[in-house]
Amino acid sequence: MTNSTIDIDILRYRPEQDNAPFVQTYRIPYDEEMSMLEALQYIKDEVDGTLSFRWSCRMAICGSCGMMIDGVPKLGCKAFLRDYYPNKIKLEPLANFPIERDLVVVMDDFITKLESIKPYIIPAEEKSLEQGEYIQTPEQMAKYKQFSMCINCGLCYAACPQYALNTEFTGPAALALLARYNRDSRDAGSAERMAIVNAEEGVWGCTFVGYCSKVCPKGVDPAAAIQLFKVESAKDYLIGMFKPE
Amino acid sequence: MQPHSSKRKPYQRELPVDWWLKHAFYTKYMIREGTSIAITIYSCILAWGLLRLSQGEQAWQGWLEALQHPIAILFHVLALGLALYHTITWFDLAPKAADIWLKGKKLEDKVIVMAHYVGFALATIAALIIITY
Amino acid sequence: MSHQTSQPKRSHEPVFWGLFGAGGMLTAFLTPVMILITGILIPLGIIDSDALSYERVHGFATSWYGAAILLVLIALPLWHTLHRIFHGLHDIGVHRGRDWQQVICYGFAFAVSVFCFTLLIQML
Repeated sequence: MTNSTIDIDILRYRPEQDNAPFVQTYRIPYDEEMSMLEALQYIKDEVDGTLSFRWSCRMAICGSCGMMIDGVPKLGCKAFLRDYYPNKIKLEPLANFPIERDLVVVMDDFITKLESIKPYIIPAEEKSLEQGEYIQTPEQMAKYKQFSMCINCGLCYAACPQYALNTEFTGPAALALLARYNRDSRDAGSAERMAIVNAEEGVWGCTFVGYCSKVCPKGVDPAAAIQLFKVESAKDYLIGMFKPE
Repeated sequence: MQPHSSKRKPYQRELPVDWWLKHAFYTKYMIREGTSIAITIYSCILAWGLLRLSQGEQAWQGWLEALQHPIAILFHVLALGLALYHTITWFDLAPKAADIWLKGKKLEDKVIVMAHYVGFALATIAALIIITY
Repeated sequence: MSHQTSQPKRSHEPVFWGLFGAGGMLTAFLTPVMILITGILIPLGIIDSDALSYERVHGFATSWYGAAILLVLIALPLWHTLHRIFHGLHDIGVHRGRDWQQVICYGFAFAVSVFCFTLLIQML
């Protein structure tokens, strides 16, 4: 294990000097314990200090190190060289986002959408501290818990061909998080958020490819959130027909 | 903000037209969507049969005979395969559109999928019995 | 990246999606056995063609419930399949004239539905 090496192709883009991205190959010592993120850190420290990539926690909670590994959206910290060795590995910035620099992408669009769904609890009535907590049973929590595991890493956007075809689509994570709040018993903001769900760019931009749920590193199921919202939205549509506002 | 001092130049990658051929998951999705072409043709064959039925016994007999043509048989074998692919993918995804809670627990996906297959088997057997009865 | 923050417009997709879902469900459960019977077993003589004799099928089609069943079995799957074809066109990059694509796709499903409905009403 000691003397073997592994080749990593990285799609590079340096806006101040490149007009288009290009592939650069790095050869580094192979270590079966090494994650893709650690491999990038090795390259930056020992081989090429100009390489840019995002990272923070190294433990799949910050959601910073999303990238395409052999064409599949993954977290660099959660993917390991051993699963690819001895083959060459190809790293690219997350698909469907503009490239800022090397493996860093521009996520502004996703963040705007995330903000638009009001990702916070909107209580029916504000309580003062003296009035106590908003009580919730484990059963009520179970209804939204999996959707609350989202770390905003953007892998699902990179996996979504509908987002690739039309970036107006609200997209998997924002809609899954919308579900997380609409399904929360303490929240009373459903009606406000349903306007986003009901739109063409809302759940109706989805054709149920289902890859978003496959690539989520936290076991969130955005495809299910969106499907359930289609049912909700259809009900909402029927009600709207008989009770126009 | 000093826009002139910024070297930012975000690069937008183009989605290739054949994106759905680049990854098996997307290809399977496209096949799933593509099953609709065969099923559309099949429905048209049936609609044609209905027209022939309305034109009398001879016309109906002609429709039945046309279905014996090797190309017709070949098409229906292919269509059957694609229809089954639709069935399998439809049942696979069915749990995602179901939000059934029993005693505070979400009904397991496996149970929902199995219930669909049981229904499918019963419907198939029932149809075969009715037609041969 | 110009995501609009104005009030989003309600989509009419629920109408088509509802028909798509109903047709998809029907297709998933019954289309395989229907193809098996009409397209394979009867033409190959594995099931005797008397099973689809003129008297039998005509008798069924001219009963009110038989007519209703035939209309659903023939026409409903089209609302499923044309919905997929409409969205599939977008997927494969045919972005021009989405309005016309919609009219043609759902119009086709509608036309065949009316065609079958008219034939069945005439026979009743």
